[in-house]
Amino acid sequence: MALVELRNVHKSFQRDTQVIEVFENLTLDVAERSFTALMGPSGSGKSTLLNLIAGLDRPTSGTITVAGAKVNAMPPTALAAWRARHIGFVFQSYNLLPVLTAFQNVELPLLLAPLSRKQRDERVRIALGVVGLDDRLQHYPRQLSGGQEQRVAIARAIVSDPTLILLDEPTGQLDKRAAEEVLALLQRLNSELHKTIIIVTHDAHAAEKAKQVLHLEKGVLAA
Amino acid sequence: MKLLPLVLANLRRHRLRTLLTTLGVALATFLFASLRSVVTTLNAGAEVASASRMGVQNATAIVFPLPLSYRERLAAVPGVAAVTWANWFGGLYGDGKTFFAQFAVDPETYLAMYPEISVPPGQKEAFLHERTAALVGKGLMEKVGWRLGQDVTIRGTIYPGDWTFTIRAVYTPTVRAMDDRSFLFHYDYLYERTDHRATPGWYALQLSDPSHAASVAQTIDAMFRNSSAPTKTMTEKAFNQSFVTMWGNVQFLMNSIGMAVVFAILMVTANAMMMTARERTGEVAVLKTIGFTDRTLFGLVMAEASVVTLSGAVLGLGGAKLLYAGTGFNGFGFLPGFDVTPATLALGFGITLLLAVASGIVPALRAARLSIVQALRHVE
Ligand SMILES: Nc1ncnc2c1ncn2[C@@H]1O[C@H](COP(=O)(O)OP(=O)(O)O)[C@@H](O)[C@H]1O
Ligand SMILES: [Mg+2]
Repeated sequence: MALVELRNVHKSFQRDTQVIEVFENLTLDVAERSFTALMGPSGSGKSTLLNLIAGLDRPTSGTITVAGAKVNAMPPTALAAWRARHIGFVFQSYNLLPVLTAFQNVELPLLLAPLSRKQRDERVRIALGVVGLDDRLQHYPRQLSGGQEQRVAIARAIVSDPTLILLDEPTGQLDKRAAEEVLALLQRLNSELHKTIIIVTHDAHAAEKAKQVLHLEKGVLAA
Repeated sequence: MKLLPLVLANLRRHRLRTLLTTLGVALATFLFASLRSVVTTLNAGAEVASASRMGVQNATAIVFPLPLSYRERLAAVPGVAAVTWANWFGGLYGDGKTFFAQFAVDPETYLAMYPEISVPPGQKEAFLHERTAALVGKGLMEKVGWRLGQDVTIRGTIYPGDWTFTIRAVYTPTVRAMDDRSFLFHYDYLYERTDHRATPGWYALQLSDPSHAASVAQTIDAMFRNSSAPTKTMTEKAFNQSFVTMWGNVQFLMNSIGMAVVFAILMVTANAMMMTARERTGEVAVLKTIGFTDRTLFGLVMAEASVVTLSGAVLGLGGAKLLYAGTGFNGFGFLPGFDVTPATLALGFGITLLLAVASGIVPALRAARLSIVQALRHVE
C-alpha cells in the first residue's frame, strides 16, 4: 500500500458563475521514502494537488488516503490535529512569522504537542542543526537571507517528524546558489533521514534531484 | 499558556499602535473611574445625611442669598427645633493654587446642629469667643502645614479685601463622607465687615420629628412664596446633592461623558484590532497549515484584544485608585471622602471585558473562518 493514495479525485472551483475544473478523475500513488518532483505549467493544478494531500482543501469527490487516514472525510478539528502530526508544509514565500525568531518559528508546531519546554528546545535545535542554521536561533526573519528563511521553514516542516513533507515551489524566489542549497538539503533529508517528500517546481534542474518526476498538464498526470 | 509568547510577539509588532491603544483604554477607564467616583461620593455623602435636618436655599439657585431676617421666621415654623445658617466665602489663599472651601457660619448654632464636626472642648471655647477665630479641618491643617494659633490671610473674591483669621480650633469629622478640609469662621465678622451685605447663603434646620419633613418644607416655601426671596426647602440629602450639583445634573452629565468615552475607545480599539487582523491574513493561513485549529486562532486574537484592554484598565483604574487615595483628592472640598470604590473598579473591569470582546470578536471570527486556500491565493 502506498503512503499517499488518490482515487478518482475530482476537484472543481466555483468562481462567481464559472466552474473551473482542475481534476476530473485523478489517481495517484506516492510510495513511502520517495522523493517526487511535480512539474507543470502555471495553472495546471500543482498547488491544488498539494493542498488536497495536505488536507488544506477538500476534493469535490473521490478519496485521498495518507498513511491509512482518509483525509477527505475528516472533520476540521481532527484534520488540523492530523496535519500537525503528519504534514510538514513549505510555501514559496511568507512562511515565517516576522515577529518570531527562527527558534520560535520552528517551535510553533511543537506547541501543539504535549511536550515540555526542554523537549521542545532540544527538537528545535536538532531541526535547525539539520538545515545548518543552529547559529541563527535568535535571528528574526528580516535578519536572514531568502535561502536561510526557506531553510528555517524546512526546519519547521521537519521538527515534529511528520509522515510527509510537501513543498510548493520552495525555491521559486531564491537565487541559484540558495536554491542549490535547499535542494541539496531536501536530498539529504530523503536519502539519510528517509523522509517522504513531494516538491512542486518549475525548474527542470531542481526536478533532477528528485527520484521521480511527475508532469501535470491540464489536470492530467504523466510520468 | 504556551501560546502567550506568540500573543505578546504579535503585540510588539506595532509597538506604537499597541502603546497608543493601551493608553487610550487607560485614559478611558481612568476617566470612567473618576466620573463614576464623583457620583458615588455624592451619593455616599447624601446617604449619611441626617434625616432630621433640612436645608433652605434661594428658590432660584443656591448662589443667591437669603435675608438674615428669615432666621426668626424659620425658627417659628412648627416642627423646626433649631436654625443655623452659613455662607460660601470663596476666597483665595496664598498663590491661589491651594483650594479649600471657606464657610462663614454662626458658630454656636452651627456646631450644635452638626455633632459630626468634632472639636476638642478647649479649642471650641477659644473659637467661639474670638470674632476673627477660625475652625479648620484636620486634613486641611496637614495639607497646608498650618499650626494652631497661626494667623492666616485669605483674599476675598466675592467679598474683596484681605481677611486675616487666627486658627483657634481644629475639627475631625466623625463620619468619612464629611469633609475634613474646610475652613470655618464667624458669620458675624463677615456680616459686619461687609456693612451687612453678606446675608446668609443658606439655612439649615433641625426638625423635632423627621417624619414631618414634607409638611415643614411645604409650610416654609409657602410662607416665602410671594417675598423677594422665595425659598426651596429640602432634606439634607437632597440639599447636599444640590449644593454640589449647583451647575446642573452632575449625575446625568457624568454618566453621559463616561459612556461617550467608553464608546469612543471602543471604536479606537476595534479599529486597531481590525487593522492588525487584516495585515495577518497570510500568517493565519500559515498557522492553520501547521495545525492550529480555528478555535485556537479565535483565542489568539481574543487574547490579544484582552491583553491590550486589560493592561489599559489596570493602568487606568489602578492609576485612579492610587492617585486619588495618594493625593487625598476631595474636589476642592466639594467631594469629601472622594474614593474609587471596589464596586467602581469591578464595574470598570467588567466594561473592559466587554470592550475586549466587542473589539476582538469580529477579527477573531474572521481569523477562525479564514480559508487557508483562499488566503494563500491572495498573498501569493
Ligand atoms: N481557491 C480557488 N478558487 C478558484 N479557483 C482556483 C482556486 N485555487 C486554484 N484555482 C484555479 O485552479 C487552477 C489550478 O490552480 P493551481 O493549483 O494554483 O495551479 P498551479 O499551482 O499549477 O499554478 C487555476 O486555474 C486556478 O485559477
Ligand atoms: Mg501553484
